[in-house]
Amino acid sequence: MNAPTDILKKTPLHALHVKLGAKMVPFAGYDMPVQYPLGVMKEHVQTRDKAGLFDVSHMGQAKLSAHQGDAAVLFEELVPGGITTLQEGRMRYTQLTNEQGGILDDLMATRFGDTLWLVVNAACKDADFAHIAAKLDGRATLEIQQRALLALQGPLAEAVLAALMPVCRDLVFMQSVWTQFDGADVLISRCGYTGEDGYEISIAEDKAVALAEALLAHDDVEAIGLGARDSLRLEAGLCLYGHDIDADTTSAEADLMWSVPKRRRAAADFPGADVVNAQLADGMAKQRVGIVPEGRAPAREGTEIQSATGAPLGTVTSGGFGPTLGGPLAMGYVPPAYAAAGTEIQLIVRGKAMPARIAAIPFVPQNYKKG
Amino acid sequence: MSKKFTKDHEWISLEGDVATVGITDYAQAQLGDVVFVEVPEAGRQVAKGDDAAVVESVKAASEVYAPVSGEVVEGNDALEGNPALVNEDADDSGWFFKMKLADQGELDGLMDEAAYTAYVKELD
Repeated sequence: MNAPTDILKKTPLHALHVKLGAKMVPFAGYDMPVQYPLGVMKEHVQTRDKAGLFDVSHMGQAKLSAHQGDAAVLFEELVPGGITTLQEGRMRYTQLTNEQGGILDDLMATRFGDTLWLVVNAACKDADFAHIAAKLDGRATLEIQQRALLALQGPLAEAVLAALMPVCRDLVFMQSVWTQFDGADVLISRCGYTGEDGYEISIAEDKAVALAEALLAHDDVEAIGLGARDSLRLEAGLCLYGHDIDADTTSAEADLMWSVPKRRRAAADFPGADVVNAQLADGMAKQRVGIVPEGRAPAREGTEIQSATGAPLGTVTSGGFGPTLGGPLAMGYVPPAYAAAGTEIQLIVRGKAMPARIAAIPFVPQNYKKG
Repeated sequence: MSKKFTKDHEWISLEGDVATVGITDYAQAQLGDVVFVEVPEAGRQVAKGDDAAVVESVKAASEVYAPVSGEVVEGNDALEGNPALVNEDADDSGWFFKMKLADQGELDGLMDEAAYTAYVKELD
């Protein structure tokens, strides 16, 4: 839903985007850069080959503290992930779920002492924070953080960031640490949404432009818009909330059970656990898969998926062109009987059936710095 | 004859009784990197305003409309293997299709280059 531009919110980097010549579009209530003069294709390749800087300040950041004891214990009431088992400064990807196991949002949670640092999607943040506050009412405090969030992604991200914040070299994938930049406390986390090595950097709003400019001053860094962010995450097989996952999709259907430890499944102590466990035991109606069309035509979100013989199977939930893959790619939902990689299917694009195959995801190899 | 332009950013250029149709440089810049083009087959009848071709960037698919009515006589096959030609040379070799016009008088309703330039200026 596009709000009129005059009531759109702006991130602390808004003026910088405009100065850099970005094409601005409404996204989740914010006026955001979809691309810069470089263009989506080159921005995508820049991030895979060197380093790209993304403004993700529209995302929600909050600190959760329990009134007594460990916030992780309370937070496990709301998510299926393993949160109490997090080591200091380590982060996990998990989902807020409803009583039917439907995904209300997906998020990152990082442990610092007895507190959790949460990063949630922009479009969901108000609802997420209200949900968390209501469920943990009287037992925990949720402090919403008015901070900027930058992402520096790509194989040269470490070398670039280390010149400003040397401690970044010590982090492995899904690890965070507080450090300093220009006299301000900065939280750097080795994670991202591109499939590449890289960092997300949480910083005070009034220091964000200085940090962005310091990073962009490096020859190996370019500003990257939401267009390339989408093609990068799609190639990496990562879900986009509201498209690939939503309140009518469970973590099992979305093929996210790698983020749900056996302990949580056995205890069945998260919202919708009974539904998820029943799906795992008895099978489910649909499952998220990768899809590679055989021709050159992209199949966009909403495209009907049929079996090779024309039986309706499901719908494409994200689709486009993968600059690194060098062709079209998509994600969508099909019955498990059709979910094996290599299964021949067809996509109905502009009324015509186009041959395609189920493909393993990620579509391009992930390039994380594992510990 | 000189080119005529639509509000949907197609250009059309008549030579003899066959006109060539493409999208403007402004349109290709707005679309960004073109990754796929589907052009109409020869023999297809199109009415003014009909969907005639498809152009897709990394982000989105867009329709190209027939600026006037007529019969398609040729699609630009070069765009299948090299859709980026639309970005590189929208005004010339990145043309989409050629058509025989049903009524050359329909061209009178389109903008000339000066009017189109003024129209685009208002959009920015």
